Amino acid sequence: MRELSLHLLDIAENSISAGASRIVISVREDLVADELWLEVTDNGKGMSEEMVAKVLDPFVTTRTTRKVGLGIPLLKQAAEACNGFLEVESELGKGTRLTAKFQHSHIDRMPLGDLEDTMITLLLGTPAVNWVFNFQYNDQFFEFDDTEVKEALGDMPLSDFRVIEFLSNTISDGIGDTKIITTEKGVLYANH
Amino acid sequence: MPTIKSIEDLKRLREEAQKVKELRDQTGKTQIVVGMGTVGIAAGARDTLKAILTYIEEKHLPDVILRQTGNIGVGGQEPVVQVILPGAETVTYGKVTPAMATQIMEEHVVKGNVIQDFRIEA
Repeated sequence: MRELSLHLLDIAENSISAGASRIVISVREDLVADELWLEVTDNGKGMSEEMVAKVLDPFVTTRTTRKVGLGIPLLKQAAEACNGFLEVESELGKGTRLTAKFQHSHIDRMPLGDLEDTMITLLLGTPAVNWVFNFQYNDQFFEFDDTEVKEALGDMPLSDFRVIEFLSNTISDGIGDTKIITTEKGVLYANH
Repeated sequence: MPTIKSIEDLKRLREEAQKVKELRDQTGKTQIVVGMGTVGIAAGARDTLKAILTYIEEKHLPDVILRQTGNIGVGGQEPVVQVILPGAETVTYGKVTPAMATQIMEEHVVKGNVIQDFRIEA
């Protein structure tokens, strides 16, 4: 996987598999501290300490049909290669929080890629989950919580073409607006 | 209805959809399932799903339910897409690129013709 947004999608899939009803995905770009943080928090079934140790190991999976699970170890390796780290905190019955930190400017850091596509995929693909998406760029902040949208729609599917358009626009505008940096000399548009 | 810009618009959209639903007979909805396990994602499942969404959005396709699932269990064939037309059995497609996904939408979902060349045993 060559984009961090694809890794986020993969990590979020683990949360879905853990039976979470609420999943919060946070991305924080801090160009001043030169840090990039990714976080996925869920209220799924959680893991024991032994299991947490195992999911960080590349030769473990909860799958029964195949023997290796590589998603988390791959992201961990990518973070560590960029002066960062990956940690998993989990409590049985409460949920799991995965945090990954990267040196933002590190030459080997994968691009974030298309966060909007990742969010749309999750929102539309697994509508039973309450999705919250936080994006922070320096001191600018954007939050999307799908609760209000789902209440407004009732039993109407999110995959209605007009709703897809609305969700795509809301998320891409939200991210785009957050990346507008105001400086003393005017407005700069960040493009990465 | 013009472009949806707010939660209020969404509520109106729902009210309109309910009126239409009352008039239309109960024919059921087409289901499309995309496998989004680690392997599927690495093989490009997100782009495949995006192509399906783009098709629904551009062609204003009604009555399609899209779902994602973890690994569908046909290793080596990712990205995997399944199409279930109302009353029909599940058809599974393998190694579905975005271009193939668009073709599947056009031929199978809209016209009802299974594309045998893309089909795999699930």
